[in-house]
Amino acid sequence: MRKLTLPLDENTIRSLHVGDPVLLSGVMLTGRDTAHTYFLDELLKDPIPESEVEVGKAVRRILHGGAIYHCGPVVKKENETWTFVAAGPTTSIREEPYEADVIKHFGVRVVIGKGGMGKKTLAACQEHGAIYLHAIGGAATLIARSVTQVESVYKLEFGVPEALWRIRVEDFPGVVTMDSHGKSIHEDIRAASQRALEGLLAG
Amino acid sequence: MPTPRAIDLEDAALELIRRASTVLPEDVTDALKRAHDREESGSAAQQSLASILQNISMAAEASTPVCQDTGTLIFHVYYPFGYSTASMINQINRATIRATEHAYLRPNAVHSLTGKNSGNNLGAGAPQFHFHEWETDEILVRLLLKGGGSENVCAQCKLPDTRLKAGRNLDGVRKVVLDTIFAAQGMGCAPGILGICIGGDRGAGYMSAKEQLFRPMNDRNPVPELAELEERLLKETNELGIGPMGFGGKTTILSVKISALHRLPASFFVSIAYLCWAGRRADMTIKNGEVVYHA
Repeated sequence: MRKLTLPLDENTIRSLHVGDPVLLSGVMLTGRDTAHTYFLDELLKDPIPESEVEVGKAVRRILHGGAIYHCGPVVKKENETWTFVAAGPTTSIREEPYEADVIKHFGVRVVIGKGGMGKKTLAACQEHGAIYLHAIGGAATLIARSVTQVESVYKLEFGVPEALWRIRVEDFPGVVTMDSHGKSIHEDIRAASQRALEGLLAG
Repeated sequence: MPTPRAIDLEDAALELIRRASTVLPEDVTDALKRAHDREESGSAAQQSLASILQNISMAAEASTPVCQDTGTLIFHVYYPFGYSTASMINQINRATIRATEHAYLRPNAVHSLTGKNSGNNLGAGAPQFHFHEWETDEILVRLLLKGGGSENVCAQCKLPDTRLKAGRNLDGVRKVVLDTIFAAQGMGCAPGILGICIGGDRGAGYMSAKEQLFRPMNDRNPVPELAELEERLLKETNELGIGPMGFGGKTTILSVKISALHRLPASFFVSIAYLCWAGRRADMTIKNGEVVYHA
């Protein structure tokens, strides 16, 4: 079990391989469908629209060497303080068209989600030094326990699931399923299950 | 005109939603335990099932959602003659708003044109209601919370299918189901629960497929051909080796339930509803004002 603390440098990322279980600590940002469109349409523009400059700076500070978590949490607000009640990963493949640009632009080191991602993201992980960390889909209460503090929220107008939540985590559990050396467990399983499928269809 | 019978379901429905979101049915948990014990010791598959089981007991204990995607609320209400369905909808809607305030539900209803989240799980088509008048003198409310990740990997196939060499028969059904589960990989939060309908039109087919998801994991289909196909598909989907979360392993699917509807001569649909391992369903019956909850 590797214990890692964000932000991470390239050497640490290169030392990780598919199959490695990881416990991640530090500050990360949630972001899913609307967030990724927002990054590409607004924050990756030069210049960034004036209304988005502040959020853009905050996002860059978290994501540089940092982690983006594909997650739309269940939250609670009591006495002006937010907490995460349930916070498992969402399916990552929907961000496949955007993630490579997000990794490159912000210097993201860890993409966290479930279900794995495709060739474009895998290539970006290899080129820029990033990994895909698979969290357990649906293990929402368990994972929420590793969120020790909700530090801030940006773009709450996107709605609770789609907002950008800046969270502090301790020992957030995951498994590296795509590494920075071009290996993907998801590609391996797809190929093996394809062979099994062909056998069953012929049977 | 007879006077409508009065009932207030609001508080009972709130408790039903809480139970559905936070307590996984025992038969589903048992199936996950058996899957855990089957996987190779120390494998990623077994570790993920261990985390899943730990999460299930933590959620029940803390009364927090098993999964943050609290899904589409699908209600089936069985009621005797005389009740107003419009008034039951109002009561369940109010319970839904309260369940969202209590964080049993994530605000999950998004306007498809503006992208705005309604914030309380109400919206056009949300929650979803299906009413069935019956002869029994009690009200049965069944609730399924169906998450989006698993909804995205559902498929509606047409037979024949040239690519799969699948004809208009049960073997053709078998082939399109295997292909659909292959395509889903781990993305629907495997190990999944399958509801399948053979026949019907597109709407009725999916509806019936999803109703199969209410069946207990270990029941046996009364139609022998379908029972046989359910067993064969359970065995063969697991031979794909996709495994929990798509990490590889022995359990890709926990159960297969199949229905059959009449179809048009021209159409032969196979509707495949994939439910994630977090198969959150709950029932309650109300008789003489007394509410009983069933896991």
